[in-house]
Amino acid sequence: MAIADIHVTEETHSDGHEHHDEHHGNFWTTYVFTIDHKMIGKQFLITGIAWALIGGLLSVIFRLQLGFPDMQLEWLRPILGEWITAEGKLDAEFYLALVTMHGTIMVFFVLTAGLSGTFSNFLIPLQIGARDMASGFMNMLSYWFFFASSVIMLISLFIETGPASGGWVIYPPLSALPQAVNGSGLGMTLWLAAMALFIVSSLLGGINYITTVINLRTEGMSFSRLPLTIWAFFITAVIGLLSFPVLFSAALLLIFDRSFGTSFFLSDIYIGGEALPNQGGSPILFQHLFWFLGHPEVYIVLLPALGITSEVIATNSRKPIFGYKAMVGSILFIAILSFIVWAHHMFVTGMNPFLGSIFMLLTLIIAVPSAVKVFNYLATLWKGNIRFTPAMLFSIGLVSFFISGGLTGIFLGNSAIDIQLHDTYFVVAHFHLVMGSASFFGLLAGVYHWFPKMYGRMMDAKLGYIHFWLTFVGVYMVFFPMHYIGIAGYPRRYYSFTNFDTLNNFTDLNMFVSVAAILTLGAQFIFLFNFFYSMYRGRKATTNPWQSNTLEWTTPVNPGHGNWPGKIPTVYRWPYDYSKPSAKEDFIPQTIPFSETPESNLPHENDMIKLETDSDQKVVVVDEK
Amino acid sequence: MFQFIVIFGVLLLLIILYTLFRISRLVSVVKGSDKKVATTSNKVNAALFMFFLFGAFGFFFWYSWTYFDDYTLPVASEHGIVTDTLFWTTMAVTGIVFLITNVLLFWFSYAYQHKEGRKASFYPDNHKIEILWTVVPALVLTGLVFTGLRAWNDITSEAQSDAEIIEIMGYQFAWGVRYPGVKDNALGEYNYQMIDAVNQFGMDLSDKNTYDDFMPIEMHIPKGKEVLLKIRARDVLHSVFLPHFRVKMDAVPGMPTHFKFTATKSTAEMRAELENPEFNYFVTCTEICGRGHFSMVMKLVVDEPADYEKWKAEQPTWLKLNPDYLAKVPEANRELAKIKSGMVEGDENNLKASL
Repeated sequence: MAIADIHVTEETHSDGHEHHDEHHGNFWTTYVFTIDHKMIGKQFLITGIAWALIGGLLSVIFRLQLGFPDMQLEWLRPILGEWITAEGKLDAEFYLALVTMHGTIMVFFVLTAGLSGTFSNFLIPLQIGARDMASGFMNMLSYWFFFASSVIMLISLFIETGPASGGWVIYPPLSALPQAVNGSGLGMTLWLAAMALFIVSSLLGGINYITTVINLRTEGMSFSRLPLTIWAFFITAVIGLLSFPVLFSAALLLIFDRSFGTSFFLSDIYIGGEALPNQGGSPILFQHLFWFLGHPEVYIVLLPALGITSEVIATNSRKPIFGYKAMVGSILFIAILSFIVWAHHMFVTGMNPFLGSIFMLLTLIIAVPSAVKVFNYLATLWKGNIRFTPAMLFSIGLVSFFISGGLTGIFLGNSAIDIQLHDTYFVVAHFHLVMGSASFFGLLAGVYHWFPKMYGRMMDAKLGYIHFWLTFVGVYMVFFPMHYIGIAGYPRRYYSFTNFDTLNNFTDLNMFVSVAAILTLGAQFIFLFNFFYSMYRGRKATTNPWQSNTLEWTTPVNPGHGNWPGKIPTVYRWPYDYSKPSAKEDFIPQTIPFSETPESNLPHENDMIKLETDSDQKVVVVDEK
Repeated sequence: MFQFIVIFGVLLLLIILYTLFRISRLVSVVKGSDKKVATTSNKVNAALFMFFLFGAFGFFFWYSWTYFDDYTLPVASEHGIVTDTLFWTTMAVTGIVFLITNVLLFWFSYAYQHKEGRKASFYPDNHKIEILWTVVPALVLTGLVFTGLRAWNDITSEAQSDAEIIEIMGYQFAWGVRYPGVKDNALGEYNYQMIDAVNQFGMDLSDKNTYDDFMPIEMHIPKGKEVLLKIRARDVLHSVFLPHFRVKMDAVPGMPTHFKFTATKSTAEMRAELENPEFNYFVTCTEICGRGHFSMVMKLVVDEPADYEKWKAEQPTWLKLNPDYLAKVPEANRELAKIKSGMVEGDENNLKASL
């Protein structure tokens, strides 16, 4: 493929940029510094997959330590070097670094960049009927800032003092003082630099997504006809735009405290045999700033997954999504609430307890729109005609995780109950299910569903089924037992529990979790094989393999730059006309006018027929000018 | 050699798997099942959902029931009983929702699997149902919020004026406790700049209240009397966690925090209840604080009130253990310091009179 492309370039290089619909660049402009949103989406996806593998491997290493505390890890020395102690054990400080990097990588690099970056880029122009993003150049920058950020974060894994190790929340003073933990030296500096670039990338992407959705919708694509995926990506981008700058400010102040002797977060510290001069700062201030991003971040990660699921479940149930307006409403409501619940992460930080009661009230309100979403998914499945594509399986799995993990949020959002559960394994179980696994399943569902559009080939369904069942059962086996461990009071981020008499009961359960984690990671290699194999050897896809209604399936199997060879299609209806009574088929794409489907139109839709011709005439008038 | 065999075995396995994969693909192409929707796979997946539902719920109930005593922690404080009740109430409410929604999810998936010739029902919305399932969760949550708020307000309210005050300080990687001393029953002032290897708490020896303060190596609290923990940290964030008392509060450098609670069971009573003569309460850390985070354990003993007073009276004061620091006490107060710290016998009231 690459060779063929280069060949074409040589001939058309001089005017390569003028023909917008048939854009042929050379290898560099097609695959590397591309401004085609589809290729940028794929770049995010491949980078995200690489990060997911690294993040997963890190977790398996610390699960070995937790499940088998007596195990000889000498065999890891070729990879980990000095991080394996002379006795063949994992270094206690490196354990913290592993936990920290696992969290950072999974939350930001996989579930933010890998999920939003991939699908917002890939789907927004395709589903709203645009030729590309509002600014292809900014979009390219967004990826390359992310790439630079990735490189720095990756380098930090290999430096002598180790990567950042103060937890992914990087609370100062621990993260500010190299004398407190080795990872707070160069590792933390690189972490902050990488995150600063990441935030730039995220903002460049977000501005583009918002602008594109507002301005570049095709004729007839009103907001009330947007697929729920686009609603989710759009609102996610708005949340990111409002919250990431706050993390940037927190990171900046932390950089000042670390390098320039300021005291934003430091006060009254005696460490390493000396009293530091810093006074008047507040570590709590950092936590407020961090969670002002940190909590919306949960929804930045989750909403795109829920959007993808809505689309996949509706398509494969062959039913309209139940309560479209309620779905949009709950996305909006969740987005607003996500900004005013951040301090529920801080009930026991010494924050004023009155503030705690306010945040508890607001936090539990967020359960209402979440519940509405779950009920709507269930109602969509009800009386459907369900096709279990791999994407559909992962979507159903997502709903199950969203329920199981969401319900435990009601415990943690209750400040009185949170006193005991805060920073125990109960929390670990909660967010890994509701945010980690659910979003991860959304990502996988999206890949399985839109793979034919990305590469023009189908992924192998059977391997997809095996992948799903192993992962679905595996994830529950990993995270469900953690609830029990948490109720028993086991704190998180503990290197080992062997010096507790009381906290030493769960060796068998921890072993079980570790084995399940290794198996679950192993199952992901089935996906990797399927993904790369199908890219080249998969069955050729048809134009609309899932018989779906949305616009991306009206493009050619392998859309070029510009997406539609001719005119951009006009949209006449919402995207969920599945199984309409007395319609010829069980789906009616958005591009079919009501005038062509008189047999299935609802009364108010017959009135729309007149408008369809009206709008066409208007277009003609504009063209004449 | 062994490694070579392992690598060879893994390679062989991968080749076999790949061959199986190729065969199954070719078979499906020959059969043409690629192009059908109502395949065996569809039925198998639907059935697996039901299988998963029963299997997973089976495990869930079996484990929750059989190992209940292993994963529940006995409670030994007054407010702990309240928060535990809240916890189990929430468990009941969410448990029911958990059951119903997961059952519906998997059952619908099974019941409405693709069947040739059937058409799904076009059912885009129903405002009555939607309002119902918005309002009902909202009401249930309101109930939970208000019971939670009441408990939270009680727990975080002002401590009683006669509460037993104990200072606990986190540092890398241990806890230190400081008692106000039996003579004045008041904690002395401190300043972090006065901390050194011996004066770990940075006690300001110009304050008379410091002279009888003492720092034991294990923590004791009285049963049945309110205890007010004054919490601080010396280097990085730590978090005081007393699992059996449902107590948790961060220790923050530069910002003292506090938590009040009343123990209801002495160590001896808890040992009897658990039939474990080795049992001890403990304090541990729940905020990541560096290499030794996992090892910040301190033994905690709950005494009967009389035993507690006796134990307190027996503890040597810090100044008595570190007489060198008398030099740092202002000249005028040295005699008082000697008497209050128990270095010399005497009556501080007499001393004041003679001065």
